[in-house]
Amino acid sequence: MLKKINAWVEERLDLSTLRHLTLEKTVPKHRYTPLHLFGGVALFFFTVQIVTGILLLLYYKPTAGEAFKSVEFIVTQVPYGWLIRSIHSWSANLMILAIFIHMFAKYFLKAYRKPRELTWVSGFILLVLAMGFGFTGYLLPWNELAFFATGVGTESVAATPVIGHWLLLILRGGENVTGATLSRFFAIHVTVLPLVIIGILSIHLLLIQAQGMSKPIGIKEKGEIPFVPNFMLRDLMMWLGALIVLVGLATFFPWELGHAVDTFASAPAGIKPEWYFLSMYQTLKWMPPFFIGISGELIGITLISIAGALVLLVPFLDRKASREEKSPWFTIIGVLAIIFLIAITIYARFS
Amino acid sequence: MDSSRRKFLNGLLGIFSLGGVAAVLSPLVHYLTPVKKQETAVSSVAAAKTNELTPNTAKLFKFGSKPGILIMTPGGDYRAFSAVCTHLGCTVQYSSAERHIWCACHNGHYDLNGNVISGPPPRPLEEYVCFVKGQEVYVKRREA
Repeated sequence: MLKKINAWVEERLDLSTLRHLTLEKTVPKHRYTPLHLFGGVALFFFTVQIVTGILLLLYYKPTAGEAFKSVEFIVTQVPYGWLIRSIHSWSANLMILAIFIHMFAKYFLKAYRKPRELTWVSGFILLVLAMGFGFTGYLLPWNELAFFATGVGTESVAATPVIGHWLLLILRGGENVTGATLSRFFAIHVTVLPLVIIGILSIHLLLIQAQGMSKPIGIKEKGEIPFVPNFMLRDLMMWLGALIVLVGLATFFPWELGHAVDTFASAPAGIKPEWYFLSMYQTLKWMPPFFIGISGELIGITLISIAGALVLLVPFLDRKASREEKSPWFTIIGVLAIIFLIAITIYARFS
Repeated sequence: MDSSRRKFLNGLLGIFSLGGVAAVLSPLVHYLTPVKKQETAVSSVAAAKTNELTPNTAKLFKFGSKPGILIMTPGGDYRAFSAVCTHLGCTVQYSSAERHIWCACHNGHYDLNGNVISGPPPRPLEEYVCFVKGQEVYVKRREA
């Protein structure tokens, strides 16, 4: 029966490319091969986000009057609603964590070097988009923390020279964070970002398929392992592990709903953004009001933008790696970046 | 002759294409820019009842579309400010323990004149004028 279906499809479509991709694709075998698995883990969490996001859409109401109540309804009345919402929130965080691990793994393996510069660039764009998902989704339950986090985040944008205030208006849908902001963030979260991310993700995956996986510079081990079934089974094992961690966290540490927004209440003590924004939050907190006549906000935003631009341009800055030579300085910078990011995040979280 | 005609037509095509892009972008940008709502400028509001606050306490009140903060100082005077932190726009609060105004978002501190004591806020809080009329404390904008 299966053969008949196969023959029927084969008669109409040329499946040789697909067959080549699945059956003849190989992955370089070396001691760092397991590091290649985190991209797949991020993809797994992204799939979970799509499925749980669609499920949440069935009950969620994106208006200032009803958003909080609808999420409250989901987590208190809808059967397993608390679990779906908890999985969505935890999976979002784990997806960003997986992207960070994936990015640093590729960084230390210098996988960004020629000819894979565009794979790195598209991966960086995916990280930014994932953070955009986090930022826009954070507001949707319309709770106190989300309200102020969105206020701060959008106010930071206003520090952009010339078009800053206009960008703030576009994002907020007005001067203040209101129901108009919620409508805009909802539209961005459920339509704009998914469309853009699927486009960029397709390019990212296509580039990986076309160029194959990179091999670290100067690695001695040789050989390849078939993608199907060897690497795919490892992928599946990782996904199973990721699912267990996700469900465990979502079940035993259900995501909090917080308190409904009161637009005329003070920002509560101890207010902090999500962990992946803490380094930016602390940078803004450390900025003096003015430095040589320039506002601290502008300096902070500029520093964060420069750091982002440097990460984006790594493949073009590391000339040695592009010549297949070892580039220990980039490794040292990467280690320092990890130490700095972890230290500043812990400090911001507990200070 | 042929080449210059081609150049001319390519240039014309370029200009028309730019016009086409502008024709799409212009309405889009205007659509995305929020419509300005006609807001009645609030000159003064009743912020609290005279028996509502005790020394070294405060309350938030609505001043148009923005929050304001009315403080009864430890000495028993009324002070009122815009409650919007001048750093990144969070709503400030009064710290009875520290006897000054504090913003929880990035740890900005202001004294009871609205001036920045520490933290990242770049400017003082906008101060309002307070006056008591009957049983209510009124707050109004300072005249320029």
